[in-house]
Amino acid sequence: MTDPVIVASGLGRRFGETVAVDQLELTVQAGEVFGFLGHNGAGKTTTIRMLNGILTPTNGSSRVLGLDPMADGPHLRTRTGVLTETPSLDERLTGRDNLAIYADLYRVPKDAVKARVDELLTGFDLYERADDKVGGYSKGMKQRLALARTLLHKPEMLFLDEPTAGLDPVAARQVHDMIVQSTRQQGHTVFLCTHNLVEAQRLCDRVGVMEHGKLVALGAPRDLARQLVTNLTVDFEVDAEAVPAALQELEGKGITTSVAQQTGTISVRGATHSAIPDFVNLLVGAGIRIYGVTPQEPTLEDVYFALHGEQPVQRNSAEVIQ
Amino acid sequence: MNWRAIQALMRKDLKVVLQNKGVVIPIVLLPLILFIVIPGLVLFIPSATSSANNNDLAQLMAMVTPGLRDQLVGLTPDQAGAVFFLVYMMAPLFLIVPLMVSNVIAADSFVGERERKTLEALLYTPTTDGELLVGKMLSALVPAIIVSWAGYVLYSVVADLASAQLMERALFPNPLWNVIALWVAPAAAGLGLTSMMLVSVRAKTFQDAYQTGSLVVLPIVLLLIGQIAGVLYFNIWLALGLGLVLWIIDAVLLFYGRQTFHRSELIARL
Repeated sequence: MTDPVIVASGLGRRFGETVAVDQLELTVQAGEVFGFLGHNGAGKTTTIRMLNGILTPTNGSSRVLGLDPMADGPHLRTRTGVLTETPSLDERLTGRDNLAIYADLYRVPKDAVKARVDELLTGFDLYERADDKVGGYSKGMKQRLALARTLLHKPEMLFLDEPTAGLDPVAARQVHDMIVQSTRQQGHTVFLCTHNLVEAQRLCDRVGVMEHGKLVALGAPRDLARQLVTNLTVDFEVDAEAVPAALQELEGKGITTSVAQQTGTISVRGATHSAIPDFVNLLVGAGIRIYGVTPQEPTLEDVYFALHGEQPVQRNSAEVIQ
Repeated sequence: MNWRAIQALMRKDLKVVLQNKGVVIPIVLLPLILFIVIPGLVLFIPSATSSANNNDLAQLMAMVTPGLRDQLVGLTPDQAGAVFFLVYMMAPLFLIVPLMVSNVIAADSFVGERERKTLEALLYTPTTDGELLVGKMLSALVPAIIVSWAGYVLYSVVADLASAQLMERALFPNPLWNVIALWVAPAAAGLGLTSMMLVSVRAKTFQDAYQTGSLVVLPIVLLLIGQIAGVLYFNIWLALGLGLVLWIIDAVLLFYGRQTFHRSELIARL
């Protein structure tokens, strides 16, 4: 990761009185998988449109791959590929026609069109149905075809708006693999809009969280988690017989706990990193032997909900709330 | 201009359009009725033209403009009826074909694309706004002109066959219809297209656009009524003038339509 491929400075867009994107300051490095998170209507799609020069900003500016999207839009779009939120396919045409026509629009060399189309149809497991009309495809097939269209001209940078929406786990995995391959092996940059926080956590080097058109958090998922989620859950492994005594000690100090009864693991909620030694001292002081201490790393989901003032669903299904 | 991209746009639009029954039916049915069925009636129902007598001719002569009357002088009542119907009455009706064909294809291309949610992917391609506009315009214009010219050839054959026994010479091709086909019909196709560009700004669906856009045939109907009422008749000068007026209207509508045809405007309307 070296040069910035996206630089947005005070980028904004209004629709009448509604502010869709407000003073966006953003830099994305080459080769990065950048996750762009936020509720519906947070301004993610509007940002993609501005960064590709198809929507004029009302204020601010941006440069993508060193180009001004508004002044050099057509040139820029030969180097970017955009997967739109809806597949945006011509359902009255066949899958092959959809790709062949867009290959011409994306200026794929004439003599390479057929081979490239066949390569993508095969790669996305659509070759058998290539000559069927897209209207008869399943949702997952349409999404795969739309992805294939995005890659036709071998873009240096991909903007993917909800790429795995509606895909089954196997197809979603294929998309994830494609993203990883695209970035790690080919050095491409991926700008990924998603609601899927697990996907973002797994794939993204950095994420930005949008809320009402504003970028409210930006950083690596782990850094954001440490910065924004201060209340940890810490698991203590103790002897099963020692659990009641340990609970008594902890509850005596007003600490919220839960316990997985089969394993003798006590989970302490709402802890901070700095308090972990105190808990250890407390339990050891009460004669309880500790076999392991595991702070649960907060996830992107925790970050997202912390930013939105909500509680994530508890992850430990085995625990019993005391 | 990237002509490969323009051709791809045309290919896409025409492939999609030809699978919309709402578009194909008027494209096929209208020329079929106007260019084959109506002149064919003259052929297959001889009584339609052969039963005329001097009284009928006198009535016809009284009804039409002096200019048209001069064109019919020296003909038998049957011949006058055939010439009046096949050459002069059908001339304004012929213009409905390029107008409607371009209008309905443009409705599907401009509004249908938005309705089917396929516009956004198109806007993300490297095509310029100008290429997109030219591609979409040609998608509507080229088929309209081809259908019109093919229709003229077909109509000439059917009308000449239908009137062969009656007339001493072939009625078609003739200079008036040549001007109409080569000068006025493309301008009429342009009117169908440019009016639809304006309609497409507000129309939400293909059906909305098609219904509103169909109003553009009203001036043609007025021409027809004007000729029947003896107010005007379709001579070469009228055809040349009408063509010029239509081309000017096309240019004005294109100028205004072009103002709204920017990516940023189109995407904001999605």
